[in-house]
Amino acid sequence: MRNVVVVGYGMAGARLADEIRRRDPGADRVAVTVLGDEDHPAYNRVLLSSVVAGSLTADAVRLHDADWAARRRVDLRLGEPVSKVDRTRRVVHVGDGEVPYDALVLATGARSWVPPTEGLLDGDGDGAMAPGVVAFRSLDDCALIVEKASPGTPVAVIGGGLLGLEAARGLAGRGCLVTVVHPVGHLMERQLDPGAGRVLARTLEGLGIEFRLGALAGRYVPGEGLELVDGTSVPADLVVVSAGVRAETALAEQAGLEVDRGVLVDDALRTSDPRVHAIGDCAQHVGTVSGLVQPAWEQAAVLADRLTGAAPAARYAGTTVVTRLKARDVDLAALGDVHVDVDCPDAEVLCFQDPARGRYAKLVLRDDRVAGAIVLGAPDAAAAITQLYDRGLAAPTDRLALLLGRALPTAGGGEASPADLPASALVCRCNTVSKGQLVGAWRAGATTVSALAEVTRAGTGCGGCRDAVCGIVDWLAASQPQPA
Amino acid sequence: MTITDGRVTPREFPTNRGGLCQKGWTSAALLTSPARLTTPLVRRDGVLQPATWDDALDLVADKLAALRAAHGPDAVGVFGGGGLTNEKSYLLGKFARVALGTSQIDYNGRFCMSSAAAAGLRAFGLDRGMPFPVTDLDRADAVLLIGGNPAETMPPFVQHLRGAELIVVDPRRTATAELATLHLQPAPGTDLALALGLLHTAVADGRLDRDYLAERTTGFDDAWRIAATWWPERVERVTGVPVADQRAAVRMLAEAGNAYVLTGRGAEQHATGADTVSAWINLALALGLPGRRGSGYGCLTGQGNGQGGREHGQKADQLPGYRRIDDPAAREHVMGVWGVDELPGPGRSAYELLDALGQPGGPKALLVFGSNVVVSAPRAGHVTDRLAALDLLVVCDLVLSETAAVADVVLPVTQWAEESGTMTNLEGRVLLRQQAVPVPEGVRSDLDVLRGLATRLGQPAERFPTEPEVVFEELRRASAGGAADYSGVTYDRLRAGEALHWPVVDRGTPRVFLDRFAHPDGRARFTAVEHRGPAEPPDADYPLQATTGRVLQHYQSGAQTRLVAELNAAEPETYVEVHPDTAARAGLRDGDRAAVVSRRGRTLARVRCVPSLLIDVVFLPFHYAGDGRANLLTNPVLDPTSRMPEFKVCAVRLETV
Repeated sequence: MRNVVVVGYGMAGARLADEIRRRDPGADRVAVTVLGDEDHPAYNRVLLSSVVAGSLTADAVRLHDADWAARRRVDLRLGEPVSKVDRTRRVVHVGDGEVPYDALVLATGARSWVPPTEGLLDGDGDGAMAPGVVAFRSLDDCALIVEKASPGTPVAVIGGGLLGLEAARGLAGRGCLVTVVHPVGHLMERQLDPGAGRVLARTLEGLGIEFRLGALAGRYVPGEGLELVDGTSVPADLVVVSAGVRAETALAEQAGLEVDRGVLVDDALRTSDPRVHAIGDCAQHVGTVSGLVQPAWEQAAVLADRLTGAAPAARYAGTTVVTRLKARDVDLAALGDVHVDVDCPDAEVLCFQDPARGRYAKLVLRDDRVAGAIVLGAPDAAAAITQLYDRGLAAPTDRLALLLGRALPTAGGGEASPADLPASALVCRCNTVSKGQLVGAWRAGATTVSALAEVTRAGTGCGGCRDAVCGIVDWLAASQPQPA
Repeated sequence: MTITDGRVTPREFPTNRGGLCQKGWTSAALLTSPARLTTPLVRRDGVLQPATWDDALDLVADKLAALRAAHGPDAVGVFGGGGLTNEKSYLLGKFARVALGTSQIDYNGRFCMSSAAAAGLRAFGLDRGMPFPVTDLDRADAVLLIGGNPAETMPPFVQHLRGAELIVVDPRRTATAELATLHLQPAPGTDLALALGLLHTAVADGRLDRDYLAERTTGFDDAWRIAATWWPERVERVTGVPVADQRAAVRMLAEAGNAYVLTGRGAEQHATGADTVSAWINLALALGLPGRRGSGYGCLTGQGNGQGGREHGQKADQLPGYRRIDDPAAREHVMGVWGVDELPGPGRSAYELLDALGQPGGPKALLVFGSNVVVSAPRAGHVTDRLAALDLLVVCDLVLSETAAVADVVLPVTQWAEESGTMTNLEGRVLLRQQAVPVPEGVRSDLDVLRGLATRLGQPAERFPTEPEVVFEELRRASAGGAADYSGVTYDRLRAGEALHWPVVDRGTPRVFLDRFAHPDGRARFTAVEHRGPAEPPDADYPLQATTGRVLQHYQSGAQTRLVAELNAAEPETYVEVHPDTAARAGLRDGDRAAVVSRRGRTLARVRCVPSLLIDVVFLPFHYAGDGRANLLTNPVLDPTSRMPEFKVCAVRLETV
């Protein structure tokens, strides 16, 4: 029996335990120990913005029930931070005890980065937030935010990236007076170009959110608000910090593993010590520290394949990233390389802008395939373009249809006059009756709807074509020379 | 409908409201078709030649007896059909287990609605396709229809959907999707993820019916733990269905006073079919629909007797009355009715049975009733090879179907208007179809065939009656006390026009779950299911996904409808629907002949360019024969619970020919 010890019971660690048990449900091959430093069960961090928005309860975003560990034969130890990894003796130190491992997995995640703005920390030097300031990272953070966020409460959100905007949208939905302070000139600058950033800001302004772009927070004064470096100030009974995260690598560094911005791993998710692995937000794979759930889950599946022997040669080849803002009434997807000019010679770039209606689309194609896209306010297109990108499919040649996300309606459309239909046009699907057949029957004397039904059976199935048959009867009658 | 002088007249009836589609109007053509078989055929010197009934039945019985003596009773297999009457289905199961003593019996309904049956049993403790009368749909405010295309397969049924906001889930923009208020177009094989996503949205948008969950269900928490990981944006990425449309669908269902969730073959015909249907039932339960007057969940059954065919014992794991063959009390009851003291246990499922033919340990003879597996089974080329490896293949049919054409013995049997018998329709209502025209010279009913073989195999004649009403009287007793209890149904009550929905002990049960579900605690159960995706994802060699289905003019394998001139003229040959760009990239134009190639076979079809198709999806109807068989391509990987093959998605490429 192989002893796998997982440090961290967040989205990556919890998923790894699940993936291992999916492959080894009877715990015949692998014993799993999970060490979590928080004392409550794992939860789904992706859904924290839904908790802030009030659409999901804290309980609903738990990844596991209380009896999960027992049911899945996992040795789960909560509230037991790991103090040290001893790679020579292959044990981790937990409290006063030791846990031996054959394979160790670091899934320690990331922590919020707090900008060095005066007044955000409580000043004790322990890294804790000052009263009225909260990060947007954990379920406990959400509880604090929700507690303070009554309607009419002024709130400042520091950071106009993906998570900051999701928090802002959720708080605005609760009736808070939200101002987003962002140091760059447009929102979500990593994923969006300036044009898209402007349309997004306009859309969010319509939902009651104010923006201070290109602005740095200078000082937070409880009771007064957030003073900006430019001398203005933002009213704030609550400050939500969402300025980015840093991989949690302290344990790895202490253990002497190679660390850059995250714990370095290869395609087998091994660190510089082949018995120690890292997945999720703490890991750095080919230069990327993702901070997203999908790479973490794909890494968990690969590692479970390897650790259980289900697929010992499994490799992690990176994850295609699609950024999707989870904010009610805002539909935004961004993917690939979008920082390309329209006249770029080696790419085909399509643009559509309709800021008045909150729409913006930019599509970068290379070799007929989607290389990058921003789609805002066009839900169908966002879904369709993401599919093309994820599957590496050649894009439809009708670029307008591509921007719409669906096939264009066929020419004409609407209620065509019977006169304009070709004779071969099918009028009654149920009985395969064409316009030509109806015209023939009419000329042969079946000049009413019921007579046509008798002769051709048109309208005798689902009955959906009766109006069309009526229309043809009227048209034929009207087309006859009138008696003088 | 009624028939006079060879002309069909529709009848006013709740399901079709006097409507008929082209298949119905032209159905009389088969009664007088020159292609109709009227004499038994026996293969001699490699050629099927006319024979007398006695010679044909003697030959079959002798060979069956010899194979059984040499190899044991499981050396003979039986393959039934969902188009057979209840009486035939019942007697076929009895014949297999009593006269042949074989466990090796299954039927084509396994390819059709076994996944919904499995999911319905798990959720409600009982599988009645629609546990409410079809006319209840008339008052629906919203209907969510997943993987069903009644505008082609059952056009008069569409009348019941007219009043509702219709949401259709289908990878294709079908004729039914054209009628919809909202069409959700997921990539093939991803509708389980979509169902999980709609459950997620139902919770996040505050649409849960919490009182109903507390009073009438169990197991929500486990189902939610999985659905919680399928937030709408993740679902969009996997399925291609926009987040806004997911929300709209849930809103339409939740805000409707009366709402229904209905599933068809598109949800079922996957290696994850049972779980997929469970996921849709979970959504219906979360919204509090099943078991409530004016709302509910239902399965649209496919074949003429799709419901009744699965209740009376032609399924490998079942005995009459929807009893389980591995339930000692059920076995005891049925043995008592049949006057026998032993019964075989469960046998192989349909595809597994076909796959085992002629293999070591597999059947060496197969009797086929009401099915055309050469066209309708998955991986059809392989199935044809297995049939060829048999010592004896016997086919009962009314025309020389593709399966009959490769048989050793073909027995010509009666069809709809030439015989009486009961069918159970999609709402669980038992219908009596009375003989309208005389039996043609030389033709016998399937019941006659069963008696002829049984007596030759040493059974007492009275054990295999040939009068449908007598068979039905026995079926009533055999089903008594079972889930599908027909004990209160009589031909007289049916002749009098009573609407009897099973179970019928005294009165019928039009709505089954109003007071309680059929589990011992009376509650419906959520099933915790996870999305797994198609068994064969596309890759560089096979970059497209093929899905299969039906066209209006043809029924099932097309063996009958392709013989009706008017139907065949409308859709004479197989075709493949392709997005115009995908066709162009394969060097094909609309109207060209193309080869569609999978790991299992190659189908020739005419290209039809359809701009509304997803760019990497092609569609083929499965009704055609020879090298136009869509099922040459399909993947026989099976659902672990229902043993349903994955007809609805496999990886293919397009080639010029």
